[in-house]
Amino acid sequence: MALDNIYELYKTMERDHTMLSFKGVVTPDLLSSVLQIMESKLNHVEKSNKTKKKVYNVLVECLQNLYHHNENIQEDEEGINLLFSKSALLMISKNDDHYEVKTGNYIQKGNAQELKDKLDDINSMNKDELRSLYKSVLNEGELSDKGTAGLGMIDIARKSGNKLEYSFLPVDKKFDFFCLNVKIN
Amino acid sequence: MGNLNMEGSPKTPTVNFDESSGVLEIKGRSIPENSVEFYKPLNEWVESYGNSPQSVTTFDVKLEYFNTSSSKCILDLFKILENLNGNNTEVKVNWYFEEDDEDMEEAGEDYQAIINLPFKMIEVEEI
Repeated sequence: MALDNIYELYKTMERDHTMLSFKGVVTPDLLSSVLQIMESKLNHVEKSNKTKKKVYNVLVECLQNLYHHNENIQEDEEGINLLFSKSALLMISKNDDHYEVKTGNYIQKGNAQELKDKLDDINSMNKDELRSLYKSVLNEGELSDKGTAGLGMIDIARKSGNKLEYSFLPVDKKFDFFCLNVKIN
Repeated sequence: MGNLNMEGSPKTPTVNFDESSGVLEIKGRSIPENSVEFYKPLNEWVESYGNSPQSVTTFDVKLEYFNTSSSKCILDLFKILENLNGNNTEVKVNWYFEEDDEDMEEAGEDYQAIINLPFKMIEVEEI
């Protein structure tokens, strides 16, 4: 990276009101550190307890999605380098009237459609419908071996109060890059 | 069998399950990556407590926040308590939530709708 780019990167982050950004492999330790840093930052900048909790909640679920997602990538995947494909992006920014949590991670094409359908389904629902869906998945769903309940995205949408913005960018014949932007008012 | 006491951590709640008083308290936040591992001893303790319970069993849930992985485990704990209810013990649930925390209040109401146990919703200034 040319030295000029450091300043460009700084300006970009400044312009986007970035509170924290991370690119790399999400481990339990990293997860704890990010949550700790964000909790203290939120305590400084956010007066509303309600908003603070919502942002924190969304962050917990987003981080855990990134963490569990890593386990899905098979050791024998060809093409994209293993470590590269396990790496994820997380950015948290504060604008005048809302926060944004952005995540990016590689996803195998085979899993992308299922996730897309789920997100479209969630985005088609209002507050009450999301609550009912949460309740029925909670009551009827089973925990996976990883301890995931299939509730993460529903919870993120409920806490966000906004539609989930997402896209799947094609990378190669096996992977897409999944981008998610969660706005919290 | 004795009491079950677990100190809280940044990702897990404080647990105080008292055999002699029948008061089971869980307090703090619950956001472990894999909650199954954390909740297993709690489930086992309650199962075993059910063999000779107090006449009244009180489950005090004082959670500031829990993740979706924990929500499923908490439901399982409620289901075990639901099964104990009426078998030599009367089970009551006190669901605490912080002022203006509609999300936690709703979460309590949702469990109340699923689980056949008396719930008391208690609003407090701070958990």
